[in-house]
Amino acid sequence: MSDFKLIGTGAARHDAWAKAKGEQAYSDDFALPGMIYGKVLRSAYPAAVIKNINTQKAKTLPGVHAVLTSADVPRNTDVSKFGQMRDVGGGFEGLYKVLADGKVRYKGEAVALVAADTEEICEEACRLIEVDYRIEPGVFCPEEALLPGAYLVSGEDKSNQIMRTKVEKGDVEAAFAKAHVIVENEYRTPAVDHAYIETEGGVAWVDENEVITLRVGTQVLEHYRTVAKIMDLPHNKVRNMGVPMGGGFGGKEDITVESFLALLAWHTRRPVKMIWSREESLECHAKRHPEILRYKTGAAKDGTIIAQQVEIVMDGGGYTYLTPWVQMYSTIYAPGCYRIDNLEVNSVSAFTNNTFASANRGFGSCQVNIAYESQMDEVAAKLGISPYEIRKINCLRQGDEISTGYIPEGSVVLEELLDKTWEKLVNSGPKQEYTQEGWKIGRGLACGMMPYGRLCFLHDSSRVGIRVELDGSVTVRAGVPDLGGGQSSVLCQIAAEELGLPINKVHSFVMDTHLTPLAGTTTATRQLYMSGNACLVAVGQVKEVLAKKAAAALNCLAAELTFAGERIFLTKEPERGLAFVQVVAQASNDGEPLFCEGQFNAPFTEVPDLTNIKGRIHPDLTFTAHAVEVAVDEETGQYKILKLIAGIDAGRVINRNSCEGQVEGGAVYNVGYVNENLGWEKGITRANSFATYLIPTALDVPDLETVILESGGGLGPYGAKGVGEPSDNSIAPAILNAIRDATGYRVTSMPVTPESLLAGVKSIHNS
Amino acid sequence: MSGTFEINLRINGQEAVLPTTAEKSLLRFLREHNYWDVKCGCEEGDCGSCAVLLDGRAVKSCITLAAACNGREIWTNRGLGRTDELTKKLQAAFVESGAIQCGFCTCGMIIAAKHYLEQGGKADRSQIKEAISGNLCRCTGYVKIVDAVYGVALEMGTGGI
Repeated sequence: MSDFKLIGTGAARHDAWAKAKGEQAYSDDFALPGMIYGKVLRSAYPAAVIKNINTQKAKTLPGVHAVLTSADVPRNTDVSKFGQMRDVGGGFEGLYKVLADGKVRYKGEAVALVAADTEEICEEACRLIEVDYRIEPGVFCPEEALLPGAYLVSGEDKSNQIMRTKVEKGDVEAAFAKAHVIVENEYRTPAVDHAYIETEGGVAWVDENEVITLRVGTQVLEHYRTVAKIMDLPHNKVRNMGVPMGGGFGGKEDITVESFLALLAWHTRRPVKMIWSREESLECHAKRHPEILRYKTGAAKDGTIIAQQVEIVMDGGGYTYLTPWVQMYSTIYAPGCYRIDNLEVNSVSAFTNNTFASANRGFGSCQVNIAYESQMDEVAAKLGISPYEIRKINCLRQGDEISTGYIPEGSVVLEELLDKTWEKLVNSGPKQEYTQEGWKIGRGLACGMMPYGRLCFLHDSSRVGIRVELDGSVTVRAGVPDLGGGQSSVLCQIAAEELGLPINKVHSFVMDTHLTPLAGTTTATRQLYMSGNACLVAVGQVKEVLAKKAAAALNCLAAELTFAGERIFLTKEPERGLAFVQVVAQASNDGEPLFCEGQFNAPFTEVPDLTNIKGRIHPDLTFTAHAVEVAVDEETGQYKILKLIAGIDAGRVINRNSCEGQVEGGAVYNVGYVNENLGWEKGITRANSFATYLIPTALDVPDLETVILESGGGLGPYGAKGVGEPSDNSIAPAILNAIRDATGYRVTSMPVTPESLLAGVKSIHNS
Repeated sequence: MSGTFEINLRINGQEAVLPTTAEKSLLRFLREHNYWDVKCGCEEGDCGSCAVLLDGRAVKSCITLAAACNGREIWTNRGLGRTDELTKKLQAAFVESGAIQCGFCTCGMIIAAKHYLEQGGKADRSQIKEAISGNLCRCTGYVKIVDAVYGVALEMGTGGI
């Protein structure tokens, strides 16, 4: 595997130059002749009943082209589908409404749409729409929402429960009875915004063939089907010519502007642009699920965790969206990356009148990661062993079962990762007691485990096309939405490697539902795994065609040939060969196909019994470890990260810069998890700007170092694993563990504010 | 809208006489006139993706009024990349260091970095971080952005270890 030319290098992405020079167009950078603007009127209350909407005044305002309410939507109620290849049943297909109808379920829910000549007229028209609300009390805590007699969030259901799930193995009661120590804690994790720098937006028009055409940056091109359904049109009458996103992180996984734009363009027959403001983005789109996590962990004297009982309550907000899917992750990965033979996890999700929760990088894994990694340190402390030792004793090893009884097919090199990551921090020098300014220093360690690839029962697949041009250049065509992780560029790198071409000879054309093979969603850390493998299938077919031609000309077997240096030659006699372009010419002459489409299917399983989840739920897992050094000012409750080591088993690095970029970016995203604070108060988002919702700046993180292992044991191309979302695990709990190490105070509730940390530290000093 | 009037300014090296209104931000003004490499991330002066050089100083165009730019000189990253050697170097360094993921913050980052280096900024990671701390990036964790600026600073021979 050492003779790669491109795999493992930091080859510049094909799109990097355009972005560096400011030539990349994003969703807000398109304009069309006759274009008008669209805007959403959003609910002023988190819980209310819409008694009446009067749009008359808004409609008569000069410059207004359309004012639409739920009555104007052909099918206003829909279930979330995310490009999966099969129907998986009501429980997993979350209901939502295009425009509020009856009950308003969260503040900022879309109530009406306006299209007008300018954005200013749109805003004026929104002010003229008279919505007669009956304000309702609402419910804002998922536990309260589940109590009998609680306010009902939806007008249709008899309870606020969304779903219950359970994982069980061994005999928990018996094991607790034998435990030497038992640690019980309740953790609370908050909502988090994706805070991509580009808000949601795009343009749409109806083309000459009555096709609703969108130019919208989305992680899920397959939402074109949802738009068709909402509009009551055939699937082939909606097209998204996708646009590179200015960040996604799961926030552009649910439908955003697509259906609104389609409705406005259809009604006005004008091109329409809609861009959400930062305030809209922070208040109204999906958030990471807040979770209440109750953990009871029992360990033997030697440090072995012998029992764990977990209760999880998830806040789904006003609509279902992806809550059931996220809940599967939280439930199954509740014990984390440890072998625990006696386990019981019970999870429940509930509707509240908070902003709805759905996909956010880490997808149900990073919430439980906070809890199980805090528990590990508390158990270690009680047993008098180190955080490092307890993890060494219990970490998953190759051949171990996870919670569902499934034994991972891919490599498990967590122990080595743990060693190398911790070692790197230890080798950075002895830990000092205090910083120069008198801040108390602590060190923390945490591990993580997260799947890559979608839930197997969704029957996921990807398709990639390869076209060879007559001059020997190559176009990779794939419906791969690129959110900035290099999702499309990596396919060029794979094709170039396989065909023996320089990277600049391979170009990609991506994200057009009418023109590119559907490659599935850029979610679930699946693109490298799924589309990377599909690319290998397609390029394999191209190679077969060309090798056959070359073999005939060189009088050898196709299997004896190597593709390298823009030549096809005998592996054992490199001087006997032909120029790549010469073989292409011959194949073209002979009428051979020079376009091949390859498909890759993930492992397929059935929907599990949700009361006792067993078996393979995901294709494979990625493991992480993080070690940090943190300083805490015990006078003010502030903390800062002094050192951060980010470790991951990437399986195989395809693009060095992209892989490191995910690990570094994921680490800092998770640094933000500790203290990012949307300031939710009874359904109102107090922090609705970047001046109040504070994400990490360059000054908030140290020069982090990475430890990237290449076990070669992933299920992606060349043994790669997915890294995008797993990278957003185990940093936050390492920080909390370091705060505990420094101060003795265990944070159990996030976000951490200076006030909460100060109060916590003082409580330790006082006791 | 009433109250439209013209302003004279120099944008990316070219003289321009263009209409605006009293309340229009420089960001909206530039984007309306097709300088769309200037990105809108928050429109509140918090994210830095709309940074441009105004008479050689990096400013956030969303909290600068277009009308206040009458008679002044504006450069965007796209314009600078065509003529300015330092910007070309920064752009290349961003590409080669892997400092670009989604790319939405990149133009503003490069403006902030150019301003820093032109003010005599050194190859000092802490100072570079401070210089770009008004520009938010959610993808990269800033590591490779700092690498890119640091590399150019070293090459410029402005100091460093």
